Amino acid sequence: MHSANTDAESLLPLPSATFHILVALADEDRHGYAVIKDVAARTDGALRLSPGTLYRSIERMLEQGLIRETSSRPAKDMDDERRRYYRITPFGRAVAMAEARRLAQMLALARASGLAPRKA
Amino acid sequence: MRIYRLLLHLYPASFRADYGEEMAAIFRVRLRDAGRAARVALWIAALREVIVNAPAVHWDILKQDLRFTARTLGRARGFALTAIMVTALGVGANTAAFSVADFVLFRSLAFPDPDRLVRLCEGPRTGGGWGCMNQLSPANFRDLKAMSTSFDDIGAFGNDAVNLVGGGEPRRLASARVAPEVFAILGVPPALGRALQAGDEDTGAVVIGHGLWQSAFGGDAGVLGRTISLNGGPYTIVGVMPPTFYFPSRESQLWTVLRLRQDDFEDRANNFIEAVGRLKHGVAFEQARTELEVLAARLARDYPATNAETGVSVFRMRDNMSPRFRVMLTALGGATLCLLLLTCANLANLLLARAAARERELAVRAALGAGEERLVRQLITESVILTLAGGAAGVALAAASVPFFSSLVPPTLPIATQPGVDARVLGLAALFTALTAVGFGLFPAVRAARRTGFDALRDSARAGGGRKQRVRAVLVTVEVAMSVILLITSGLLIRAVWRVQAIDPGFTPASVLTLKTALPRPKYDSPVRRNEFYQRVLTGVRALPGVQSAGFTSGLPMVVTGLITGVEIPGEEVRNYRTNGVSHRWVTPQYFRSMGIPLLRGRDLDDGDTGDRAWVAVVSASFVDRFWPGQDPIGKTFRHRDATRTVVGVVGNVKVRGLERTSEPQMYLPAPQIPEAQPAQFDPKDLVIRHAGQSAALVSAVRQIIRAADPEQPISNVRTLEEVLAGETASRRAQLHVLGVLAVVAVLLAGVGIYGLLAYTVSQRSQEIGVRLALGAEPSRVGRMIFADGMRLALLGIVPGVLAAYAAGRAMSALLFGIAPGDPATFAAGVGVALLMTLAGSLVPALRAVRVTPMSVLRAE
Repeated sequence: MHSANTDAESLLPLPSATFHILVALADEDRHGYAVIKDVAARTDGALRLSPGTLYRSIERMLEQGLIRETSSRPAKDMDDERRRYYRITPFGRAVAMAEARRLAQMLALARASGLAPRKA
Repeated sequence: MRIYRLLLHLYPASFRADYGEEMAAIFRVRLRDAGRAARVALWIAALREVIVNAPAVHWDILKQDLRFTARTLGRARGFALTAIMVTALGVGANTAAFSVADFVLFRSLAFPDPDRLVRLCEGPRTGGGWGCMNQLSPANFRDLKAMSTSFDDIGAFGNDAVNLVGGGEPRRLASARVAPEVFAILGVPPALGRALQAGDEDTGAVVIGHGLWQSAFGGDAGVLGRTISLNGGPYTIVGVMPPTFYFPSRESQLWTVLRLRQDDFEDRANNFIEAVGRLKHGVAFEQARTELEVLAARLARDYPATNAETGVSVFRMRDNMSPRFRVMLTALGGATLCLLLLTCANLANLLLARAAARERELAVRAALGAGEERLVRQLITESVILTLAGGAAGVALAAASVPFFSSLVPPTLPIATQPGVDARVLGLAALFTALTAVGFGLFPAVRAARRTGFDALRDSARAGGGRKQRVRAVLVTVEVAMSVILLITSGLLIRAVWRVQAIDPGFTPASVLTLKTALPRPKYDSPVRRNEFYQRVLTGVRALPGVQSAGFTSGLPMVVTGLITGVEIPGEEVRNYRTNGVSHRWVTPQYFRSMGIPLLRGRDLDDGDTGDRAWVAVVSASFVDRFWPGQDPIGKTFRHRDATRTVVGVVGNVKVRGLERTSEPQMYLPAPQIPEAQPAQFDPKDLVIRHAGQSAALVSAVRQIIRAADPEQPISNVRTLEEVLAGETASRRAQLHVLGVLAVVAVLLAGVGIYGLLAYTVSQRSQEIGVRLALGAEPSRVGRMIFADGMRLALLGIVPGVLAAYAAGRAMSALLFGIAPGDPATFAAGVGVALLMTLAGSLVPALRAVRVTPMSVLRAE
């Protein structure tokens, strides 16, 4: 079930969980638990997604067409039969980039008025 | 882990099926990795997480279903609109009917602890009747009050009407004179100022109602202390009652103090007051009644001359209404429940038909991975949305239709004319909507979803799903049965109304205008002054173009049903006036001509019948039949209030008490021959004008004439005699209209039901029909086969419908005015209409079946 709405901008701003999941799936397909661990690693443990939040987000992102379940599996030895793997869609990639752009603009605004340090 | 899995059940099943395993796996890993202390934190986090996320997931799915529903219903607008309208009809009719029934029969009156309020009047020793049978005499009231022990207190009151002057047009207001303790007994605090209390007897204090406060004083809080003129005397406003205060009836707009003089207590037959009491805590109503009956028996023993036939009529304030209203409202409730059942059946049929049409779509979705739970959920959302929309439309319908029920609210009860739309009404609407939704929205939804899967995909249009057909057939027979019940019961009521309307009222109501202008005392204490007023007004009115005759009377028949008095016939022993009373009126010349009451013998009263001439009377034929059967009454004499009168004329009988009641014999006395010191209630005050042409132009001319005669005279109750007569059957006709509308709707719905089912059958069987035709069957035979299907359905519904209608007719025989509950003509007509409806419903499907050609069927395959 694809969302009738395919305009990336209309989904912004993204809920932070959604954004993090897109980021986690940007480089490779992952199953749910791997997404949780990846998000935790990238944020130095600051954001630990709960399973409920994760799958609720995934359910909605599937609905919106940001990600899809993938049938191609990683190498046999790494596969876990029971698990479902998710892959970012081109639309999901576009939305994530749009969100990143939006965040960058906000950061620029904050810098210009001295609310954020000039350079990280 | 089992606990965690239980927690997961808070999520929707489809979500659980998709992700439950993985969530449990993640939790298991975390639990394994955590230390002892961390485990507690983990559990708390898990709990919190489920509580936050589970409703969120439900909400997500709901939003999705709502979007989907909006899309599918948007595509099936006709279906959605029909379903909503059908639901609105069922919910609306039931909400309106049951709100009114609840309002009239069950809801507490707006007094504190209202169940302890009791009304007390005199009545026949034998009991019977309802409400206030006869008013009390002050002496009997005083003795009953002194001797009874069941009450906290009892207070006397009397209905009254006063002319209010000051602030715009003078007006005539219904009012009540109440003993000071009455307000304390009722227990309702005034909205402004104070109630009447002991010590107000000689102060001219008046308490006004909220309505009068608004209409005459613009809701001005400074009204307290203001002096108004009532019947020419000065009164001071001391209090304003709240809007929900009605006493003794809905009409009363102001309250003055009831003063009883010493001589009021002298004659126990002089009964003109009523009483209201508050039962002591713990005293049951029946107990109080028994006590009062014993006391009445004692009074009868002590004062046999006046009290031999006198008992008490005691009733709860709540029960002051004709039992007919109860039957009417019950009948109405039954009828709307029939309609609810019918609309539910119709709705279920609609949904089943739609489910059948969508079977393949559902099957495809199921095959694509939508679980049964998910499909059911989607269908339920759709049903719930439809019924909710229908319920909301139903509330609007109920709110709009409640005013039409106001003539089913007894005027004798101290309540408003109609219930407002409040929480109770909305609760009723919610209840009926829920009934509709659960019973008939969910059931097809679940059923449809169960049938998905491979069966549906495998079935092409060839196999019609025999079981579902049967369910739909049963639903259609239910619809037919309900419509037959409604048709026959409303038919019976139509016959009853016809019969009542066919009763000769004794006068000719066409082209007669009536209005009231009562002369206030003490301004008009002098009979000479009163007669001058009548003369001036009548002379002026009779001179108006188009006026044929005009006269005054003490009270219009059916409006004023009382004015019962006793007469003594020379040579016969004194008859008790309670059991042998006559209805009397003081009238001016031309009254009979104006009313169209035929003069049978002798002469009309005329201007020569003045106070200084021989005292005369005109009597009704029934009066002659009672006192001088078979004799010539002209010239006979009788005594009335210590005066001897001679009968000079006989007129036709009038239904003074109303069309459906027995009336006492009537006696008409000339207005100039009113004894001195007779109370104002007997004065002629209703003006009756027979005219040719429009009454609207007449009214303003008559107003000018009355204003010229006395600028302070109010004019009220302007209406035609036809309206007065129509008031007699108003509640019957209101009920009939409602029932009639319900019956028409029922017939239409049932017809649509039959049509829908047969049309479906034809489309399902078109192949079979095509084969039959190809094998040489006559097209007319095929048409007859479809007709026969329709007739079978109809008969299956008609038989139980007729039986139930007979039972309903018996239950409401009190309303039928002598029409037999099994009246053959009505039953034949009801069944006939049901059959016609079946024919009409089967016509199009049968034609369609006849037009099936073998080729078209083969092409469709």
